[in-house]
Amino acid sequence: MTTREMWVAYMTIVRKESVRFLRIWPQTLLPSVVTTTLYYVVFGTFIGSQIRGFGDFSYIQFIVPGLVMMAVITNSFSNVAGSFFGSKFQKSIEELLVSPITPFLVVAGYVTGGILRGLITGVLVLSVSLFFTHLTIHSLILTVVFIFLTSLLFALAGLLNGIYAKDFDGVSIVPTFVLTPLTYLGGVFYSISALPPIWQKISLWNPILYMVNGFRYGFLGVSDVGVGESLFILMSLSVALLFANIYLFKTGRGLRT
Amino acid sequence: MPAALSVKQLRKVYPNGVVALKGIDLVVPEGEFFGLLGPNGAGKTTIIGIVVGLVNKTSGTVEVLGHDVDTETSQARASVGIVPQEFNFSIFEKVINIVVDQAGYYGIPRSVALPRAEKYLKQLGLWEKRNSAARMLSGGMKRRLMIVRALIHEPKLLILDEPTAGVDIELRREMWVFLKELNTAGRTIILTTHYLEEAEQLCRSVAIIHQGEIVEQGLVKDLLSQMHIETFVFDLEAPLTSEVEKLLANFGVQKVDSHTIEMSLGKDETLNDAIAALNRLDIRVRSMRNKANRLEELFLHLTKKI
Ligand SMILES: Nc1ncnc2c1ncn2[C@@H]1O[C@H](COP(=O)(O)OP(=O)(O)OP(=O)(O)O)[C@@H](O)[C@H]1O
Ligand SMILES: [Mg+2]
Repeated sequence: MTTREMWVAYMTIVRKESVRFLRIWPQTLLPSVVTTTLYYVVFGTFIGSQIRGFGDFSYIQFIVPGLVMMAVITNSFSNVAGSFFGSKFQKSIEELLVSPITPFLVVAGYVTGGILRGLITGVLVLSVSLFFTHLTIHSLILTVVFIFLTSLLFALAGLLNGIYAKDFDGVSIVPTFVLTPLTYLGGVFYSISALPPIWQKISLWNPILYMVNGFRYGFLGVSDVGVGESLFILMSLSVALLFANIYLFKTGRGLRT
Repeated sequence: MPAALSVKQLRKVYPNGVVALKGIDLVVPEGEFFGLLGPNGAGKTTIIGIVVGLVNKTSGTVEVLGHDVDTETSQARASVGIVPQEFNFSIFEKVINIVVDQAGYYGIPRSVALPRAEKYLKQLGLWEKRNSAARMLSGGMKRRLMIVRALIHEPKLLILDEPTAGVDIELRREMWVFLKELNTAGRTIILTTHYLEEAEQLCRSVAIIHQGEIVEQGLVKDLLSQMHIETFVFDLEAPLTSEVEKLLANFGVQKVDSHTIEMSLGKDETLNDAIAALNRLDIRVRSMRNKANRLEELFLHLTKKI
């Protein structure tokens, strides 16, 4: 394929993926906005007023970045996992398999769709937070880099899940039993410095901790972990997942018999 | 000029241990109208799946218009269009999007794909349905949608896996005309079907595959002229008496019921001889027909003897 043909093929997937989640926005964009608003109300306003803030920041200011991250993670992940598994289930994935489109373009197309949904929900959720508190921006570049890399990483992870999933349970297990616990334990609601030392150590194995803290650093300028370290972890995991996906696509794992 | 399809020593063992193909050799020259025939489970869909990239082969080589599917994958894929046996589009998607998106995967921009989609959707009578979701189409329409989708990148080789299954007689004949025109315009066509009349009507050459092996291959007219016997069914005016029945049995005539007999004629025997013989026995024939069409008989003969 020529470069121009590759661009057309890539944009075909991106377009299709975007139209899909925009058309069914009550199922794709709205749920995160509703749940996050509830978090703002309950944890931020009702309970948060009883909780001591962190440094110069109120409790709600502390949890907003984590809650935004939570929305980005779930949406990027489930968009790609759900859409890709759906096309496997309906066998329309065969439309791609019989075409000359390269594995990299397929991965890039689906992942871009997931990133777009992650970013759109992230921005929506962030905008809603303005009704509850005001935002401070410590480093705009870092917030943008972190939100982008996080949605990239989880879109890639969602694709991996979609490729391996054999039934609908296979795409709901990971968000429920892996992503949600890791996010809750990833310092969305607390600083790990408040934990006993052993739990602090264990928390450091949770990749989501680095994303939440990196993103929060962009807003507040405070973090439990090094920002450089966080960037490095995010990027290495993304590269590893990118290659894993391309490899699986090339060999046709779970796609060709 | 390379062949449209060249398959050498193709083997396929599915992960569950089923040996679907046991070393298939097949050459389909460019411009051919080729039939791939065989009973259920023979391996037709498996061969096609390997050619178009839906099934991983175990060993052997496959070239589409001279492009090896392993080393020149994208050229090979771009040269072939596939109408699969089972529906494989998103049923929630609109007809026009299914077709135009497929073009996109081949790198064909919408500005080129849209007029082309219009042309083929009109030719196959689907233009009015372009904005319907695919799930709203009837079975025959879905199949035609897959034909349009397979043609959208103007492939030189078109492969159709049972394209007329579940299509009514009138529509089937229209489809035949359409496929013949495509072939006349220079496209190579490979088709599988269980309707041997269809193969006889459309195909210039066929391969008959049975249990993962090709048991016969060649021009339809050569294969038919090789046929040594042809079986006729005679409907009789009066019931057979038991003496006559015994007599007939000596001539290799089979009784089906009291008013029906079957007679197989060799190449050197004529229908005149047969009727004359029946006349001598005072058996009056009310009507007569071929037991099966001739390709069907060859097919049954080949796939039963093994
Ligand atoms: N995914 C699969 N896993 C395991 N075995 C399979 C698979 N697909 C097909 N087979 C087996 O391979 C053999 C050939 O199947 P194939 O679908 O190629 O036959 P076919 O000639 O297309 O039959 P039909 O006329 O019924 O469509 C059969 O024994 C079938 O059971
Ligand atoms: Mg088949």
